[in-house]
Amino acid sequence: MILIELFLTFLKIGAFTFGGGYAMLPLIQSEVERHQWLTQEELVNFIAVSESTPGPLAVNMATFVGIRTGGILGALCATFGVILPSFVIILIVAKCFEKFRKSNAVSGIMNGLKPAVIGMIASSFLSVGSTVFFSDGFKTDIFSEIQFWISFSIFILSAILAFKKVHPIAIIVLSAVIGIIAGYGFNFA
Amino acid sequence: MNKNIDLFLTFLKIGAFTFGGGYAMIPMIQQEICIQHQWLNEKDLLEIVAVAESTPGPVAINAATFVGYRTSGFSGACAATFGVVLPSFLIISLISMVLKEFQDFRAVQYAFMGIRAGVLALILKALYSMFQASEKNIFSYVVMAVSLILTAFLKIDAVCVIIGCAVFGLLRSWIYRKEHNYDSD
Repeated sequence: MILIELFLTFLKIGAFTFGGGYAMLPLIQSEVERHQWLTQEELVNFIAVSESTPGPLAVNMATFVGIRTGGILGALCATFGVILPSFVIILIVAKCFEKFRKSNAVSGIMNGLKPAVIGMIASSFLSVGSTVFFSDGFKTDIFSEIQFWISFSIFILSAILAFKKVHPIAIIVLSAVIGIIAGYGFNFA
Repeated sequence: MNKNIDLFLTFLKIGAFTFGGGYAMIPMIQQEICIQHQWLNEKDLLEIVAVAESTPGPVAINAATFVGYRTSGFSGACAATFGVVLPSFLIISLISMVLKEFQDFRAVQYAFMGIRAGVLALILKALYSMFQASEKNIFSYVVMAVSLILTAFLKIDAVCVIIGCAVFGLLRSWIYRKEHNYDSD
């Protein structure tokens, strides 16, 4: 049943995400792909929506995937699922805080996890990149070639702005405007 | 005013006015919790952030639960977590309906074509920042490279990679301590 599946999947995502922001991206990507809840393109579109709306990325994503696949009830199940592991674990940790903070086991585990998350986000970067640049496979007709160069230019420009610490929402808005102008300019199908 | 209601409203405000999640929330939590309400001091907050990073789950939820619990026990944890989630939930529900109506418009599709390239740049920036903040030693480079290869090219499930790297880190710290004869807890 879709509601239980949503709840359990996001429970798993919540339990295995370490760190904020994009740390959950690799997990959500593989789960959404496995269940075929969204296409890779829809997922990337939605990352932009999550960035431009208030609130934690994880909750935004859970709510969105939930509502798309199971309506409002689906959104409730997915959001509740993604929150539950955090909530329970923090309550336990808060009780034995000193032990947790000084534990060698915890710091050892974190030394393994932090670089792993970085490697996995790098992997997400590659797969999102292939979606962005080669959205219709590796076809080489004239339109996809123009589309490739437009996306590539927007990517380079956005990267420069991002490294100059321009606010993400400003980058998203600018990318959208360039996309619209280029789209109508070249009159894509 | 009832402390739980106060916690709920404070985190409702934090959830409604921070963009980008977890880390973007910390300055606002500091302002509201430490300065305005003085429920916790700055040192407590730093420790909470450290714990939020090293426990599973989104940092924002971890921080809200922890601050709520420290301030007013279990009911406080519930109030703060519910508060921080509610704005996201309502706004996203609304947006997903609007998006569904407009997603087939040509202008919207062109806009998202551009936005996807912009998001790719944001992911690159996040990746770079995390790399800058990470430990610079052979061990962490090896773990980065191995987890990249496992997920990107061998298509190993992300959860398996996470469990594997956690075990690897744990084993390494045990071996390291044995070699150096540290007394440990």
